[in-house]
Amino acid sequence: MNAVAKVAGQALPAVLLSVRNVAKHFGTNVVLRDISLNVAEGEFLTILGESGSGKTTLLRIIAGFENTSAGEVWMGEERLDRQPPYRRRVNTVFQSYALFPHLTVEQNVAYGLRVAKRPETEIASRVSEALEKVKMSAFAKSKPSKISGGQQQRIALARALVNRPRLLLLDEPLSALDANLRRQMQVELKSLQREVGISFIFVTHDQEEAMVMSDRIALLRSGELEQVATPREIYGRPATAYAAQFIGHTNLLKADVQGGAVRSGPLVWRSALPDGPALFSLRPENIRLVREDTAAVGDVRIRGKVSHQAFHGATQSIRVDCDAGLVLAVSTSSGGGAQEVADLEFSSTDAVLVRESPERV
Amino acid sequence: MFSRTYKAAVTLPPLLWVTVFLLAPYLLMFCYSFWSVSPTQTIVHSWNLDNYQQLLRVEVYWQTLLRSMWIAARVTFFSLLLGYPLGYYLSFHAGNKKDLLYQLVIIPLWVSYLVRAYAWKTILGSDGVLNTLLQYAHLAKHPLEFLLYSPFAVVLTLTHIYTPFAFLPIYAALEHIPRNLMEASHDLGATPAQTFWKVILPLSIPGVVAGATFAFVLSLGDFLAPLLLGGPSGIMISNIVVSLFGAAYNWPLGAAISLCMLLLVVSLLFLSERLEKKWSFS
Amino acid sequence: MNDRRDESNPRWLLVHAVGVFAFLYLPIVVLIVYSFNGNGVGGFPPHHLTLMWYRTLFADGPIWDSVLNSLQVAFAAMVIALAFGIPAALALERAQFPGKALFRRLVLLPLILPGIITGLSLLMLFNVMGTKLSLLTIILGHGTALVSVATTEVFAGLQKLDRAQEEASLDLGANYWQTFWRITVPNLKLPIIGAALLIFTLSMDEIAVSFFLIGRDNTLPLEIWGRLRRGITPEINAVSTIIFLFSLVAIVLWYRLRMRGQGVADAGTEIVEAAEGHAV
Repeated sequence: MNAVAKVAGQALPAVLLSVRNVAKHFGTNVVLRDISLNVAEGEFLTILGESGSGKTTLLRIIAGFENTSAGEVWMGEERLDRQPPYRRRVNTVFQSYALFPHLTVEQNVAYGLRVAKRPETEIASRVSEALEKVKMSAFAKSKPSKISGGQQQRIALARALVNRPRLLLLDEPLSALDANLRRQMQVELKSLQREVGISFIFVTHDQEEAMVMSDRIALLRSGELEQVATPREIYGRPATAYAAQFIGHTNLLKADVQGGAVRSGPLVWRSALPDGPALFSLRPENIRLVREDTAAVGDVRIRGKVSHQAFHGATQSIRVDCDAGLVLAVSTSSGGGAQEVADLEFSSTDAVLVRESPERV
Repeated sequence: MFSRTYKAAVTLPPLLWVTVFLLAPYLLMFCYSFWSVSPTQTIVHSWNLDNYQQLLRVEVYWQTLLRSMWIAARVTFFSLLLGYPLGYYLSFHAGNKKDLLYQLVIIPLWVSYLVRAYAWKTILGSDGVLNTLLQYAHLAKHPLEFLLYSPFAVVLTLTHIYTPFAFLPIYAALEHIPRNLMEASHDLGATPAQTFWKVILPLSIPGVVAGATFAFVLSLGDFLAPLLLGGPSGIMISNIVVSLFGAAYNWPLGAAISLCMLLLVVSLLFLSERLEKKWSFS
Repeated sequence: MNDRRDESNPRWLLVHAVGVFAFLYLPIVVLIVYSFNGNGVGGFPPHHLTLMWYRTLFADGPIWDSVLNSLQVAFAAMVIALAFGIPAALALERAQFPGKALFRRLVLLPLILPGIITGLSLLMLFNVMGTKLSLLTIILGHGTALVSVATTEVFAGLQKLDRAQEEASLDLGANYWQTFWRITVPNLKLPIIGAALLIFTLSMDEIAVSFFLIGRDNTLPLEIWGRLRRGITPEINAVSTIIFLFSLVAIVLWYRLRMRGQGVADAGTEIVEAAEGHAV
């Protein structure tokens, strides 16, 4: 059963894993700075980040393949980071699958159970159950070298899950698959997680994947957490400029607030924010092509020249050059044909205030 | 992609060389083994199976062959015993000293055989370094006789020579094991010791087979160490062959024994190759 | 922080490794030490350190004659082994022809075959052909035994070569011969030099094959061998020490050359693996 709160306001779920102020450096190279994160029971959490963000290192620390330079990792009442990987109730699906080439599929899946010296009858039934769950029962006696990448990935999953860990770590498991298979596996993984009910920590650089699968996303940049929130929150209310740009597309508007009015180039709207510089994120799909003559309260209107138009099937994207060097990216449903001039409007509430994302060394 | 003349120019010269200097000599050896030597020390080209019958009937020949195989087996055993943990240490625990240590292992490999065999001779003799050291330290009153001119000396020297040979393929095999397999094994609950027996050792077997084959085959055919250090009790099959081509002048019989050795070696190589393929998983 | 690697890094492994290195190097160290010993090759502890044996060595005519012979043989063997080994590597890597498998095995066989078989088979050949035993027969023997070394080294280098480079050359108008000299050979420079160095060193040390093909003139190892039968003096330690130093330099050079563009485990192992028929 999934005990995760989907909407803020419900009772907080039980915390399974607690990462507290974890830092990691290799020599002078700082990979993780002060990471604090809780993973709830039964939650599907994705750690999202570019390459070099530290996401794999964080995963490896939780799995036990790296020590922390500072900070602690707790699971329940136990201090996890002091334990070697083979004592943790955590299992990993490796990016390269890491199936044992000298063992059959069946023997691979049974490995953890054999090592724990479970009785043979129990091993046999648990292994066949696991293989059925990933729909690979027919390949039980095959060797890893004889099955495809997608199939290997399922076996790696079965091999990890059969041990009934409290937490499953997945290190970019879908990155080697082609697009269609990838989409299919995303759906399967998600439903598998629901079925099994244990917490998954999923690492990826693909923001669409993160949005589709996760209960919550932890966005990592240069070793620090930018934002940890549900997909809807992170998309609708990005906390930083980086979050706004990394997930989906956006227009970043540099603005100045003076006496209750926000001014960004030719755009002006009312706001209760204090005076000073501000940065706003405005999603392209929130900018509409004007139809009626009267604007609603709180709407901002601007006209500009269309400099670029691209057809995406269900939608089209338009680049509009306005006054004072303002360029807006707009996404609308494809309908009207090519345009030269566009009248745009957006609601000021859709301009989300975001923090700056400074360059980090 | 390549023209016929290019292919011919590239293939024919080595083919010719191999035919003249490898194939023909082996065929010649084959022929010689069926001939015999006359009392007047000339080769008689009459075809017969006398030599092979002699090999089977006369005790000293097949006894020496068995002793040679026993010596080779011991050399192989000790070479693996020394070479495998060394390879393991270098591959998994040497860190950035790996490269330097590897060079240190291969240097003795290519330094003169003669130099090293001679060194052991000076160490093991009754006036040698080891014996005089033992007496100097009052650990022994008389020199230990078995150290030199014995099978012990031969096994010791050949182990010294062939341990690096055994080490090389073992080390290569260990290096080829993907490190994420070890992490996966730990992840699944196996301790480092369990990981060694269940994952590392099975995957390194082809290297062990290769190393063992090398040590065994080369020790079996060795004649220099027994000549220098073996004494009468340490004579190996190759020494018999050497004397048949020397003072005992019986080339056909020598050829017969050599041919048997050649066939034995080739079969061992063949067997080893099959085993390695069978147990190779990458 | 906490180092959990101690469980898999037992002390005994390190001790064992040190022990093996000691076993491998101790005899050589003893040899070198006693080359300075006035009292002979045995006898612990060594007293009376002296350079006397080195002086005797330098005045020893026959030894230097044999060194000269060895150098000539090594150089000639190197040329032969490369002249036939490079085409052999090309043939194995590029061409398909009937009997290729047999050819491959024959070429690589001398690497793992005990030297006595190679030596004796060639002896029989020379006997039948009526060739007198001399430095020439030794050269032919070394060349035959060491062709395999050249082949494996060059073959490995060919495998690293990017085919696209040669295809680009052909695409730009060069024919096969030009491509060979302008693109293929320059890329094989390192393996060829490495092979040459290795063959030279192995030939200088070679004794098993030479044993049967020797005529009137001795090579250095055989000259030493003859002395050994007659009586041991530390002069032999002295010449052994010098041989060791030269081999050391040669092998380290060879290794450095190989390392440019290849992993640690491969350099040197190919020779061993090739004899099992893997690499080729």
